[in-house]
Amino acid sequence: MASDRIFGLVMAVVALAYIASATQIQTSFLSDPVGPKAFPIGIGIVAAICACFMVLKPDPEPEWPAARTFGAIALSVVVLVAYAYALKPLGFLIPTAIAAGFLSYQIGPKPARAAVAGLGLSAGLYVVFKYALGLGLVPFPKGLF
Amino acid sequence: MDILANLSLGFSIALSPYTLMLAVVGCFLGTIIGALPGLGPSNGVAILIPVTFTLGLDATSALVLMTAVYYGAMYGGRISSILLNIPGDEPALMTTLDGYPMAKAGRAGDALVLSGVASFVGALLATIGLMLLAPMLARVAYVFGPAEYFALYLLAFCTLGGMASNNQAKAALASCLGLGIAMIGVDSSSGMPRLTGGNLHLFDGIDFLVAIVGLFAIAEVFFFIEGHGKGGAVGATLKKVRVPWADIWSTRWTMMRASGVGFIAGILPGAGASLGSFLAYMSEKSIAGEKGGFGTGVPKGIAAPEAGNNSAAGGALVPMLTLGVPGSGTTAVLLALLMTLNITPGPTLFTDRPEVVWGLIASLLIANVVLLLMNVPMVKIFVRILQVPPAILLPGVTMVSFVGIYSLSGSYFDLLLMIAFGLLGYVLRKLDIPTVPVILGILLGGHMEDALRRAMVIGEGDPAYLFSSPIAIGLWVAAIAGFIAPMFLRNVLKKPQRVTD
Repeated sequence: MASDRIFGLVMAVVALAYIASATQIQTSFLSDPVGPKAFPIGIGIVAAICACFMVLKPDPEPEWPAARTFGAIALSVVVLVAYAYALKPLGFLIPTAIAAGFLSYQIGPKPARAAVAGLGLSAGLYVVFKYALGLGLVPFPKGLF
Repeated sequence: MDILANLSLGFSIALSPYTLMLAVVGCFLGTIIGALPGLGPSNGVAILIPVTFTLGLDATSALVLMTAVYYGAMYGGRISSILLNIPGDEPALMTTLDGYPMAKAGRAGDALVLSGVASFVGALLATIGLMLLAPMLARVAYVFGPAEYFALYLLAFCTLGGMASNNQAKAALASCLGLGIAMIGVDSSSGMPRLTGGNLHLFDGIDFLVAIVGLFAIAEVFFFIEGHGKGGAVGATLKKVRVPWADIWSTRWTMMRASGVGFIAGILPGAGASLGSFLAYMSEKSIAGEKGGFGTGVPKGIAAPEAGNNSAAGGALVPMLTLGVPGSGTTAVLLALLMTLNITPGPTLFTDRPEVVWGLIASLLIANVVLLLMNVPMVKIFVRILQVPPAILLPGVTMVSFVGIYSLSGSYFDLLLMIAFGLLGYVLRKLDIPTVPVILGILLGGHMEDALRRAMVIGEGDPAYLFSSPIAIGLWVAAIAGFIAPMFLRNVLKKPQRVTD
């Protein structure tokens, strides 16, 4: 109940913001009868109507996980974002081993298996990407060797 | 005989050793992808697209590889349904209803072989149907103008939202989300940036591959973190595998009927394989009646959804190739592949690039035979692969997604966007909001707006032009009916729930 209402409300606000920014689209001299604004505005209106339906007629509440699981998901997102930033400066092998090991630990809390999964995936995928698919991956940070 | 000439052209392309090898590799990969819980056909094809790209394959080869993966995943989905009671993808859900009870009764091998044969029959008949129907539809599609195309896109969103979800408002919201995302970037006809918020990364728009991989693959990882990788244990053991000839013979008419039902369901734009397997199962159940024992592990209950599911997978290729409107989540992903390869599906594809179309059809036939040969004797190998724990599989999928997306554009921004789509996918699926309309919206948004604007240019701004031809009116009626009718049919066509132990 509550989740649907909250999500519907958020989407309604997003839809209104979308409509508002769609009205700001600049039109150019190359114009057609519809123009670049109408379709986005139309989408926004339909989305807002649907969002209102969600607020007014919510479905039964889904089963949300415990707060700890949310923590695990949030932490995984942080790790993935960090991984995205680390990929270029730190090379492929080290960040991949850490990120894969971390995700593995989050899915099944066995530290030894997670460590093996991280190292194995990092080395194995490097070999596949580099030699089978010919991607130009950098294995280690520049200047380390 | 046009078809025979075209088919021999197709086979001359598909039977080259290299293409053949790609088809075999694709079938093998596809079966694994379909079998692994948490990696359905849409997921699998989505993460493989960037990888295929880096292989530098030409259009035909890439298409052969990916459709082999697609058909393979449809076959593979049944393995985890039968042995684990976990559908590898949504269409495989119906197979769990009778497949798992049969496996628990000690007939896992029979169930796997029977479902493999049913898949073969379904896919073969659908491919033949595709061969006959697609060129005809392509000829009809020539008369489609922008007004008809706009109505057709609308029909795809309406039927997808109407049939594939439990709540119309949510499905429509998902479509709007996708369409809204598609609007971001430089407007093609006026050349003005739209809704970018001044962010330079967004001027090119959001790459649909980033969205697809995020919504399907990354979201799956979050689901496995939530479930802590539970439910990976094989619930039924597989003993000696032999061919249950009696069961196959007794279900021959079931397979035929189910293939027909599935094919028609597959052709409907937006309905796809889930509906195909569902309708096939339900119609067979009502034909068999109370005495049929559906749900307790009867052969017909396995043959019907598998034939229907694979037949719908073939049927879904008809609108995708002839009109450029995908019939399911996976064909939406295949459409994304075509667009990345710079092939525009549509009626002109059949006349301009016959080698692509007929090469594809020929390789579908080959892939189908390969899959049958591979799936019956080698089923034990796939069962072994099934036992890879999710704690190793899912991190691997994530890393492949990252490298794949990174290799496409080399930008951090796309990776961050992919993670954001992953989170969005998690929330949407938690709230029972379908994610396939989002993908469809991102893929088709540009075309849909384009069709509308061109129609308005031709009609000189008069909205009545949108309803000016009988085809357009028919499509509009079908769209509205497809969206509204399921609201009333929902109580009649209640989806059966998964059997629990």
